[in-house]
Amino acid sequence: MTLEEHIAAIVGGAKVRERAEAALASVGDDDLDAYLELDRERILADADALDARLARGEELPLAGAPIAIKDNLCQRGTRTTCGSRLLEEWVAPYDATVVERLREAGALLFGKTNLDEFAMGSSTENSAFGPTKNPKDPSRVPGGSSGGSAAAVGAGHCAASLGSDTGGSVRQPAAYCGVHALKPTYGRVSRFGLVAFASSLDQVAPFGATVDDVARIYDVIAGPDPRDATSAERAVESGVNALGGGVEGLRVGVVRPCLEQADAPVAAALADAAKRLESAGVQLKDIALEHLDLALSAYYLIAPAEAASNLARFDGARYGLRVEGDDLAETYRATRSRFGPEVIRRIVLGTYALSEGYADEAYVRASRARTALIRAFTSAFDSVDLLLLPTAPTVAFPLGERTGDPLAMYAADVFTVPASLAGLPASSSPVGDDGGLPIGAQLVGRPFEETTLLRAMEVLS
Amino acid sequence: MSALEAVIGLEVHAQLATRTKLFCGCETRYGASPNTQVCPVCLGYPGALPVPNERALELAVRAGSALGCTIGRASRFDRKSYFYPDLPKGYQISQLDLPINEGGELRVGERTIGLERAHLEEDAAKSMHVGDQTRVDFNRGGVPLLEIVSKPELRSPAEAEAYLRELRLLLMTIGVNDGNLEEGSFRCDANVSLRPKGTEAFGERVEIKNVNSFRFVRLALEAEIARQKAVLGSGGVVLRETRGWDEGSQKTVPMRGKEAAADYRYFPDPDLPAITLEEARIEQWRAAMPELPAARRERWLAAGLTDYDVGVLGQHPAVAAYFDAVCAATTMRAKKVANFVQSDVLGHVTTDGLEASPPVPAEALGELLNLLAADTIHAQAAKQVLGLMAEEGIGAKALVEREGLAQETDAGAIEASVRAVLDAHPDQVAQYREGKTKMIGFFVGQVMKTSKGKANPKAVKEAAERLLNEPE
Repeated sequence: MTLEEHIAAIVGGAKVRERAEAALASVGDDDLDAYLELDRERILADADALDARLARGEELPLAGAPIAIKDNLCQRGTRTTCGSRLLEEWVAPYDATVVERLREAGALLFGKTNLDEFAMGSSTENSAFGPTKNPKDPSRVPGGSSGGSAAAVGAGHCAASLGSDTGGSVRQPAAYCGVHALKPTYGRVSRFGLVAFASSLDQVAPFGATVDDVARIYDVIAGPDPRDATSAERAVESGVNALGGGVEGLRVGVVRPCLEQADAPVAAALADAAKRLESAGVQLKDIALEHLDLALSAYYLIAPAEAASNLARFDGARYGLRVEGDDLAETYRATRSRFGPEVIRRIVLGTYALSEGYADEAYVRASRARTALIRAFTSAFDSVDLLLLPTAPTVAFPLGERTGDPLAMYAADVFTVPASLAGLPASSSPVGDDGGLPIGAQLVGRPFEETTLLRAMEVLS
Repeated sequence: MSALEAVIGLEVHAQLATRTKLFCGCETRYGASPNTQVCPVCLGYPGALPVPNERALELAVRAGSALGCTIGRASRFDRKSYFYPDLPKGYQISQLDLPINEGGELRVGERTIGLERAHLEEDAAKSMHVGDQTRVDFNRGGVPLLEIVSKPELRSPAEAEAYLRELRLLLMTIGVNDGNLEEGSFRCDANVSLRPKGTEAFGERVEIKNVNSFRFVRLALEAEIARQKAVLGSGGVVLRETRGWDEGSQKTVPMRGKEAAADYRYFPDPDLPAITLEEARIEQWRAAMPELPAARRERWLAAGLTDYDVGVLGQHPAVAAYFDAVCAATTMRAKKVANFVQSDVLGHVTTDGLEASPPVPAEALGELLNLLAADTIHAQAAKQVLGLMAEEGIGAKALVEREGLAQETDAGAIEASVRAVLDAHPDQVAQYREGKTKMIGFFVGQVMKTSKGKANPKAVKEAAERLLNEPE
């Protein structure tokens, strides 16, 4: 069920409650484990309240559509676990700004979706509560870290969902699950209430079964927020209104080295996608983005450094899990030992990256590489309006294949981290498949030019 | 061994006098029940984000301007990481490489003490040890502080004390800090080392922490310098360490601390964009800055006040403002106002933080002083009226009328009263005329008594002397 279809059904007289019951039933039919919490009673009560709002004639752009929320976004009164033992029982006392905006727009907050612990991972296998499976092939990963949200839309449980993208955590699972996703420009969507992984990279992003659905959610969540000092003080051009605008005259740079690096079926699907853009009036150009090779290592120093700092607050003193030790240091150690291995690996890596004697070689150098990469993007955008590259080098890999090999896991992000480091808007669109496993094409745009991306996504779909 | 000199540097943590915290809307009021002025942001809840307090930026820039600092056009917040229960996020938001204020200086007596910087940071929460438990009150966590770091240019404990008093007065005068030492609004750590006089290199320094009064800072520094001299004198080495002041033994004592040097893993806080201050905004803030103590001092000296008057009336900014308001409300000369305020008003003024509560409003005191300046009442009566004004809240003129305290100034009437007294005391008149001129006080007193205090004592004395010296 797409968001568009849902809205049409409600306009046609359907009740939010009926739709909610149908959505809940559809979840019951599969074993994807997309949700960490799906509170039937609460969802139906909210559905009734939305029916009442609609009956009163309230203007609700999302018309009670069921929208799933990644479980690192605070939803008042609901557990927000971040896929971690440390927050297993933690109930958020407030709504994230994006959640609040969805409520106001009449969304039915559906379930809290599974994720890699604190959004650290590329397969959702790092969740403390078990992996989510790919709706196209349950023996494979849905991608990550927003695997639950991608699978929920891919399986058709809900009309749309929210994820968070730090180094590709929305784009890569969208590619693996065959859905659309748009990571907005850093600062375009408020991070308030998003439990931080790497603050300079994190961005909340929508998944949808159609480009139109993605645009509708984007329009609701984008825009300045006084509670987030990094949110951009600029007006938002409606994504929905931009659709149908076409791509005539746009210049798109095909990042050729990435296509060469990708698996053959992925490269082939990308070449087809490029042709489709060309026949819609786009002027194609091959482009080799400088410093692209630095992106992955820079990302895996900067993100862990920020993560080590952001996760320092989980000490058992004020909320969440507390494992008593003999003294304060022991309590810290015992409590924080309950992080999963990947989170611990990144905290250790990040701590080193910031430590005296290492910081210059690690964090500072990575920051310089980031600056160089941003310059490379800026100069690329002198000659093109958008960049086209694969979302991921492969299709969804089998569950368990990479869990013992962090570097192989990190490699799944190689094409998505560059746009994250540069804070640029980037999308993933399903553009083909390899034996039924979806392939995603990634578009990257200039800062705050999300509408250009959406128009091109529409042509790709 | 050649003579040693002390090298002292001070780090002051001055709480900025804002209503709300540095990164959230919680109040900063002191003394509330524990953990009642907290929110997800200052408790470091998951998903909460800091948003800088514009007023704190303004006060920091105001302090920087008053201290002659270079105001950072693009400064930045950094995270300083360590684990402790009073630090809810596991890091303190502070400023490392790009502080909001750099350099600067403070005039202390005849010397000018250079400053390294004056940067913004959030305060930690307060740990309270109850039995074997530690409890944490987060009300103070996130309160805005300005850390003002002097260069190691102070040379004696007395100078360090004077620096602190001068700095506190300056910050209070410009409304940046309430100067309340007991409530911890103005805290000081002192670094001290010794070196042979005339040399440039620094000795190993000791940091003295948590000293809660200016006098104790001086005493602690004196004790620490004596200790270091003794250590060096006996051929020992001063260790780099942190010590505390023990009031009981009047000595500095080692504080329990980590052996290893702390690595705070500073890095720019990604939640907070660089603070960019445009010239226009800084200018607007500068325009709103109250008069600085140095300018006020010049103005007061020009108006005829003495150094002593300036010291007494300028000891608290609200008292100084009150004095200026009284001067504006009266025709009396500033010097005479200063005398009256010091002798008859200051004793009744109470201060609380940046507020002062004088016994009567400035306009009311001005009215009273006008009566005194016009000789309508005399000084003794003024004192009495002031007391009644404070008690009853009634104006000076009305009280003088009600109490019949207006002076008798009619020369004829005064002369008649004097004649009556002289006639009634022939023996005393005779003594006076035999040379006991001190008797004049007796006659004046008698006249004042019969006039019920209304006669002008000066006029009475003149009339009595004239009549007594008249040939018989």
